[in-house]
Amino acid sequence: MKIKEKVIEKLLWFSSFVTILTTLGIIWVLIFETVQFFGEVPILDFLTDTQWTPLFTQKHFGILPLLSGTLLTTFIAISVALPIGLAIAIYLNEYASSKFRQTVKPMLELLAAVPTVVYGYFALLFVTPLLQTFIPNLSGFNALSPGIVMGIMIIPLISSLSEDAMYSVPRYLREGALALGSTRLQTALKVVVPAASSGIIASVILAVSRAIGETMIVAIAAGQQPRLTLNPLVPVETITAYIVQVSLGDVPHGSVEYRTIFAAGMALFVLTFILNNISFWLRRKFREVYE
Amino acid sequence: MSNIKLNRFKDNLFRYVGLFCTFLGLLVLLVFILDIVVDGVQALDIGFLTSLPSRKAEDAGILPAWVGSIWIMVLTAFITFPLGVAAGIHLEEYGKKNWLTSLLEINIANLAGVPSIIYGLLGLEIFSRLFGLGPSVLTGSLTLALLILPIVIVSTREALKAVPKSLREASYAMGASKWQTIWHQVIPASFGGILTGVILALSRAVGETAPLIVIGALTYVPYLPEHPLDEFTVLPIQIFNWVTRPQQAFSTNAAAAIIVLLALTFFMNGVAIYLRNRHQNKLKW
Repeated sequence: MKIKEKVIEKLLWFSSFVTILTTLGIIWVLIFETVQFFGEVPILDFLTDTQWTPLFTQKHFGILPLLSGTLLTTFIAISVALPIGLAIAIYLNEYASSKFRQTVKPMLELLAAVPTVVYGYFALLFVTPLLQTFIPNLSGFNALSPGIVMGIMIIPLISSLSEDAMYSVPRYLREGALALGSTRLQTALKVVVPAASSGIIASVILAVSRAIGETMIVAIAAGQQPRLTLNPLVPVETITAYIVQVSLGDVPHGSVEYRTIFAAGMALFVLTFILNNISFWLRRKFREVYE
Repeated sequence: MSNIKLNRFKDNLFRYVGLFCTFLGLLVLLVFILDIVVDGVQALDIGFLTSLPSRKAEDAGILPAWVGSIWIMVLTAFITFPLGVAAGIHLEEYGKKNWLTSLLEINIANLAGVPSIIYGLLGLEIFSRLFGLGPSVLTGSLTLALLILPIVIVSTREALKAVPKSLREASYAMGASKWQTIWHQVIPASFGGILTGVILALSRAVGETAPLIVIGALTYVPYLPEHPLDEFTVLPIQIFNWVTRPQQAFSTNAAAAIIVLLALTFFMNGVAIYLRNRHQNKLKW
């Protein structure tokens, strides 16, 4: 009996240790391939060259165009999701009845449950043609429409997490402001939002990280032309879309072209890892304030 | 207008702005879905579900794609369910407050934020190349199982947390050991919650595209996978393949395939929500 319990306990321990192995596996794979990549491509070129053409005969390995494409679509997505998500959070928290809140929240979360390849379809075949009716010089592939659609997808991320943060602001702070004659909107904007600010910022950073790592929407609708631009009307390529592009082709294993996807993946991993940790740290710090 | 009136006006205005924003997301989703249905319903028939893909859009079907998706889903469930639940039990019931446990917790939180395409790179190098499994159903399932593992672990822990201490203490008082208590009392009592989490995680796996493209899943498969080591395609990849072709007829096919994928995703989400509600109603300790 005793032995059986011990064996089970070890099995359980091993199961949770699999998550550590996963992390180690990711880091090992990325570092292993990236080190070999930088054996062939100087790291300075990677960070400063303004062209990314590993699949052409004239090879350039500058990550900047992919980075600008990624940041551009992310910026558009956050510009859509932040005001709408925050307005939803304020409305549900300060205005709506709790019954309304409980019904609407899971419905909003449905937005995040839609597979991203489906959002890609909307961006390319619905939103882009729609935008072209009033932005005539918008390319068929562009940063704007996948950015907008990505923004719609991450609305529930911002609204839910910000709402949780605002929900834990103590009642007496609100009551104090209301007792001084503030309207609900003034209370929300001047008391609740500032008090919940680190939680709200954490949710936005998490949303940024999600947008940076999002793949299918940009792979379908943003085009595959890495270029160093901040113009949302022309085709761009993101880090993730590049990895998809190479995975679909038949680049021989072990070639420098093959290793570019790991170098790009490393850049993506480092970027999102930093953002996730800032968000995690902010949320933990925030929780300590009112306990 | 006086200051007070202006503030009251703004307050009332925001009531409508907030309501509008709340419904905006849902409205956009509704418009999208209507658009898909209008585009795709004409192509959706029995022939579409039972045909192999074809270079001619009218003859093309999604049989290998949805069979591949089912394969992936079942195999992923078999891998991730025992692993995730066991890890959840370990952390919630056996986890002592020490540095190893907090390392595990921070690590799981971090893994949940790793972009899915990075898991594809992991699967490509470790499962496909190092283990020599190739771009097979098994490689895809292992990759997706690791991808959704954090979700399963976190939801298992939530479900276990909801089981009251008194239940455990009663079991111990009857002389049961720790594992007997967990196996005979805690797991049955929290099973609804655990299952909800697993189904939600699997519905996410069914929609994943990028990691499977990276491990080398095919975009054109004119046969059905019969073995875990067979090559495969899934619904999202078939959709991606059709969306990126310029011909109108293929985007109609994509829309029809999206209807099938969305039906599957929403059905699984619906089951999960139903289970959660039933579980919550039953849970009156």
